[in-house]
Amino acid sequence: MRYATGTDVALEDITFHVGRGEFVFLTGHSGAGKTTLLKLMYAEQRPSSGDVRVSGFGISHIGRDEIPRLRRRLGIVFQDFQLLEDRTAAENVAFALEVTGARPDVIPTRVARVLDQVGLAARGGAFPRELSGGEQQRVAIARALVNDPPVLLADEPTGNLDERATRGVYQLLCDINAAGTVVVMATHDLDLVRHASQRTLELRDGRLVFDSANDARESW
Amino acid sequence: MNLIGREALLAFRRTRTLSALSVTTIAFALFVTGLFGLVALNLRTAIAAVAERVQVVAFVQRGTPTEAITAAMQDIAAFPEVLDVQYVSEADALARAKRELVEFQDVYQDLEVNPLPPSIELTLKPGDRDEAHAAAVADRLRGFGFVDDVRFGEDWVRHLDSLRNIAGLVGLAIGLAFALVSVVIIGVTIRMTVLQRAREIHIMRLVGATDWFIRGPFLLEGALKGLLGGVLALLLCGAALLGFRHEGIGLGIGLQFFNVGESLLLLVFGVLLGFGGSLVSVGRHLRRV
Repeated sequence: MRYATGTDVALEDITFHVGRGEFVFLTGHSGAGKTTLLKLMYAEQRPSSGDVRVSGFGISHIGRDEIPRLRRRLGIVFQDFQLLEDRTAAENVAFALEVTGARPDVIPTRVARVLDQVGLAARGGAFPRELSGGEQQRVAIARALVNDPPVLLADEPTGNLDERATRGVYQLLCDINAAGTVVVMATHDLDLVRHASQRTLELRDGRLVFDSANDARESW
Repeated sequence: MNLIGREALLAFRRTRTLSALSVTTIAFALFVTGLFGLVALNLRTAIAAVAERVQVVAFVQRGTPTEAITAAMQDIAAFPEVLDVQYVSEADALARAKRELVEFQDVYQDLEVNPLPPSIELTLKPGDRDEAHAAAVADRLRGFGFVDDVRFGEDWVRHLDSLRNIAGLVGLAIGLAFALVSVVIIGVTIRMTVLQRAREIHIMRLVGATDWFIRGPFLLEGALKGLLGGVLALLLCGAALLGFRHEGIGLGIGLQFFNVGESLLLLVFGVLLGFGGSLVSVGRHLRRV
């Protein structure tokens, strides 16, 4: 797969496969192409050549009306949390259910369950400004999880967090993965990657230079 | 649908200042259009009042048998342009002249022979009070053997036609220009709202909202702002009319306000502008992101 804008090649010759139940770190220095690769996975961008297949959707030819269906099968988490500041934690999580047309009577139960899962059962009524960075990221993860997606994409989810919060968020992502959700986490926190025994893909200048699962890269 | 309504109302509440600014901008844009509408309406009413005086008069030969005139009047009343037909006898004509032309009262008093001929006076239907229709009716009247002459004040009717045409054209041009300015101003206002909520739109898309779901609250919000702006514009127009009513009375003109249908039209215009402006602005934004 290749992705370029004009003469600027962001990703070149990328081939890998992530299987069911896997946890994968996507590493590399800033500008290596981690975020672009994730954007391709949730159809914010389209590959210039080749294809990206996620949860049964081919991103190269995905129709505009299919993108919401793809994203309902994905949970997406960002470094800057992307929470709506004027809604409480519970409302932010409920929002993800509401926009997908969930039945109003099931929303409170599901929101409470997922807030409990991320350890924020008692903080549902708090606004983002009243929460710490780690708590805000947990709300973002709860929002990403509330639709029970088979795949969770996290773009530097610990980038704005201190070490303790980082460990907490990582452990939460591990728990989510243990429950069967595929987790792809982009990070440049090499300490975290070294201490975790997860599959690691390393990007350098838009090329995949290392896959800890297999030196000879698998094709899919 | 409930969610769309709730989101639209929440957007109003969360962005109070911007919402108030939007409604005020829409109100003033519609106020200008409405004010022009009021001017056009009152001008049209004034021209229609003048046009009521358009009359076709057929002068009848003296001594024409009453039966012939009665039969002819039945035919004339059946003309498609004719609203009303009146026979004015010689005596009636003289009485009217004495009543209306008081400065010649002495002259009329001394008359031994009534110089005024009998006549048939026709009032035309409102849509037919122009030169073309009046001339056509006059031509038909000349076909009756007992008709000496037919008059309808060609020059006066021609001037009235010109005035009506000019008022219509100027009205259309200025009205369109004002409406266009309203569309642009309201479009810019709504675009500001969309840009202000770009982050929310981005998040909605990321969690799997369809484009129509995202549009929904914006469209409702735009329509509501258009409606509120329209109501405010109507109130402003009413206030402006009250302010000018005194001047109107001074000029002998009874100024008119919009009737229910015209008021609703302004409100519908506001709603459509708000709705259409939102549709275009959100659509453009969604295509770009």
